[in-house]
Amino acid sequence: MVTILSNTQLNDIIWQMDLEAPRIARKGLAGQFVIVMVDDYGERIPLTLADMDPVGERITLVYQVSGKTSLQLSQVEAGEQLSHVVGPLGHPAEVQEYGTVVLLGGGCGVAPVHAQAKAFKDGGNEVISILGFRSSDLVFWEDKMETVSDELIICTDDGSRGFHGFTTQALESQIEQGREIDRVISIGPLIMMANTVKVTRPHYIPTIVSLNAIMVDGTGMCGSCRVSTTDGTKFSCVDGPDMNGFQIDFDELLSRNSRFHEQEAISLEHFKKECKCKQAVQEVEKCK
Amino acid sequence: MPSKHPSRQEMPCQDPGERIGNFNEVALGFSENHARLEASRCLNCKNTPCIDGCPVGIDIRAFLTFVVEGEFKRALEIIKEKNTLPAITGRVCPQEMQCEAVCTLGKVKNGTPLAIGSVERFIADWNAMHDTGVVIETPPRTGIEIAVIGSGPAGLTAAGELARLGHEVTVFEAFHRAGGVLVYGIPEFRLPKDVLEREIEFLENLGVRIELDTVVGKTVEIQELLDDGFKAVFIGTGAGLPRFLGIPGEGLVGVYSANEFLTRTNLMKAYNFPEYDTPISVGRHVSVIGGGNVAMDSARTALRLGADTVTVFYRRTVKEMPARSAEIDHAIEEGIQFRFLRNPVALIGNEENRLVSMKLQEMTLGCLDASGRASCEPVEGKFEKVDTDMVIIAIGSDVNTICTSSTCNIETGRRGRIVAMDASQRTTMEGVFAAGDAVTGGATVISAMGDAKKAAKEIHEYITSGTSSNETSS
Ligand SMILES: Cc1cc2nc3c(=O)[nH]c(=O)nc-3n(C[C@H](O)[C@H](O)[C@H](O)COP(=O)(O)OP(=O)(O)OC[C@H]3O[C@@H](n4cnc5c(N)ncnc54)[C@H](O)[C@@H]3O)c2cc1C
Ligand SMILES: Cc1cc2nc3c(=O)[nH]c(=O)nc-3n(C[C@H](O)[C@H](O)[C@H](O)COP(=O)(O)OP(=O)(O)OC[C@H]3O[C@@H](n4cnc5c(N)ncnc54)[C@H](O)[C@@H]3O)c2cc1C
Ligand code: SF4
Ligand code: SF4
Ligand code: FES
Repeated sequence: MVTILSNTQLNDIIWQMDLEAPRIARKGLAGQFVIVMVDDYGERIPLTLADMDPVGERITLVYQVSGKTSLQLSQVEAGEQLSHVVGPLGHPAEVQEYGTVVLLGGGCGVAPVHAQAKAFKDGGNEVISILGFRSSDLVFWEDKMETVSDELIICTDDGSRGFHGFTTQALESQIEQGREIDRVISIGPLIMMANTVKVTRPHYIPTIVSLNAIMVDGTGMCGSCRVSTTDGTKFSCVDGPDMNGFQIDFDELLSRNSRFHEQEAISLEHFKKECKCKQAVQEVEKCK
Repeated sequence: MPSKHPSRQEMPCQDPGERIGNFNEVALGFSENHARLEASRCLNCKNTPCIDGCPVGIDIRAFLTFVVEGEFKRALEIIKEKNTLPAITGRVCPQEMQCEAVCTLGKVKNGTPLAIGSVERFIADWNAMHDTGVVIETPPRTGIEIAVIGSGPAGLTAAGELARLGHEVTVFEAFHRAGGVLVYGIPEFRLPKDVLEREIEFLENLGVRIELDTVVGKTVEIQELLDDGFKAVFIGTGAGLPRFLGIPGEGLVGVYSANEFLTRTNLMKAYNFPEYDTPISVGRHVSVIGGGNVAMDSARTALRLGADTVTVFYRRTVKEMPARSAEIDHAIEEGIQFRFLRNPVALIGNEENRLVSMKLQEMTLGCLDASGRASCEPVEGKFEKVDTDMVIIAIGSDVNTICTSSTCNIETGRRGRIVAMDASQRTTMEGVFAAGDAVTGGATVISAMGDAKKAAKEIHEYITSGTSSNETSS
């Protein structure tokens, strides 16, 4: 059992949850994740460590309400407990002194980008963060990102704030402006990560993506999270989640990640029937 | 002419037509009458070959005698001297290759070996049902802390043995439930989970602490455990890394490792979806690759989840199948089909990356290999294609090195197996012992238990006498 310290809504679909998890807080590094089970009937879902406070023994997760489990997460309150949280899992992000590092964060990918930006900045890099949101009212963690970035570019799909367009387009324009970039990290929806690679490949900029393959155990024993790479089959949970973007078969991963769509819809329906909190239901409907 | 020896009692089973629609236990267990009749067939052989056939050397003849007399509690005491989990081994041991393989009754003309496993299971279940609370005497607590990593049969056995010696045992388990393969792999219809829970409760009553959600090598390191005051560490992390075929198409939607398929279904209870959240989607025409227990469990699970047809493809023949014979028989009764001498060489998908068919290579048996099993070779140029929308790969597993890879002091060998000295189960790291599948690669429940017992004995010696190659005294 793990105690919830706070559970706050950051924008219409994204929430931040702080948990009391001393062992994970002390051990966890940027790029690693935990697996959460809300209750004993629950699914095991992976969520990236967005921040760790080893002294306060607290970890921070940021999640987007996208289906049954994340909706259920959004309904538990501070003081209540989650059945199971295990971690830190996966390899930490590889942090060296590269020079200029650009981090792309899309939607709730902003949070994991935060942990990494911090690590890269502490590692002596110039950090440029490019964060993408659908519109200005969805922007979150701007202040937190500012403190860990040398430069912060906010993008909105509708142009209501900052750069009008996707993060990948902002990256492209940086490259076109002749910016020297030594490494790119891209964390967000699969499509964004696939597009990042399309942008960076012609310029030979090493590009790391954080793979969000469907997981069960998160420790390398089921193979659910396997991805095909040019270097053979890899397990995202133990070989990743950060991987060389140039090697990934994104098409395959996209279809593998949609393999339970039918069941996910049933699960959500089933939960909504039992669910007392109407407001949260409307929220998830808005985002679907 | 009727045989001198009455024939073996048949195990009552759920009707095949019915059981494929549920996950309840298939083999229903002996009644008192069955058990006593069966036990009374024992010839009381002086040389007791059966005992040699049992990897942990249970005094089978003695417990059978008590069963004949109706002294079921005494019978359990005899078993528990050697085997702490009889309700489990009675159900899952490959008896036909162990205790029953050498039973004298099976050697006589038209004879059938005594159903030792079924009687063993009866004794365990009877005592649980009658709550006889077989008392295990434990010596005074020593206060010595020992860490056990993994809660499969190996870890549970080591924990039990050490707790009985009075030590303070903490089991660290990566998953949210204890039991290892017994909980994530072997299905409910073969090993009901309440049987396992009963055994775990027994250990907890002995004072064993179980810390779930702890991945050693990630959440905590072996060295940290030693630094934190654990005097010895036992590794029983199993062989949980699924092997894939290494052929084209394994990333297609519809292709599962048996581990994923069974973990979703058993541990996460996808068979009760959507009451439980974890999904599984089963194909209409399911193909299972392999011939062991894992393949049988996968095939029979797929059938219960609603597949129209389930076919097992095995590259050798029925004779070479490593699965327990009872499971093969049950699978056949349930309508699982078998195709022998076939090995997949490619999995084929449609434009949506979904599996639609599979290309098979025809195989032929060759000479016997080192293990005495016929090797198999491809028949050149002979291929066939079968339509299938789900493939479950059950061709074995390797050792997951997540626990040891961060500690360079522990030597591992082929396929990640931990190197442990045969007699002592010691690893190359001071104070660290290992047993079970993590050392042997995928084997059996009882062999994991047997080796774990040896390790526990060594650990006890190590911490009490402080003897070790490079340490003086503790
Ligand atoms: C290493 C890793 C780190 C992640 N970090 C974050 C994070 O920090 N914040 C965040 O909001 N999301 C993160 N995700 C994605 C998150 O796990 C899914 O959004 C979540 O599982 C959705 O569950 P659901 O029941 O709410 O929705 P569902 O309706 O069940 O699923 C919605 C979609 O999420 C994906 N998904 C479903 N189940 C799983 C699963 N068991 N494992 C992985 N993906 C799944 C599928 O693509 C699915 O289509 C991460 C995923 C991975 C693999
Ligand atoms: C589907 C299936 C059916 C089988 N059927 C039979 C049968 O009928 N009869 C039979 O005799 N045998 C059978 N076997 C084999 C048998 O189950 C194994 O030989 C036995 O379970 C091995 O026991 P173990 O304790 O060594 O490992 P496991 O049972 O694998 O347990 C290892 C435990 O360690 C945990 N662990 C792993 N790494 C870590 C870590 N880093 N930190 C913390 N915990 C960790 C795992 O989560 C797991 O709980 C079957 C196996 C499978 C998969
Ligand atoms: S533990 Fe297994 S091998 Fe030994 S007597 Fe029991 S069933 Fe037979
Ligand atoms: S070998 Fe068979 S008949 Fe002989 S003692 Fe053992 S169980 Fe009895
Ligand atoms: S999630 Fe099971 S192997 Fe990665």
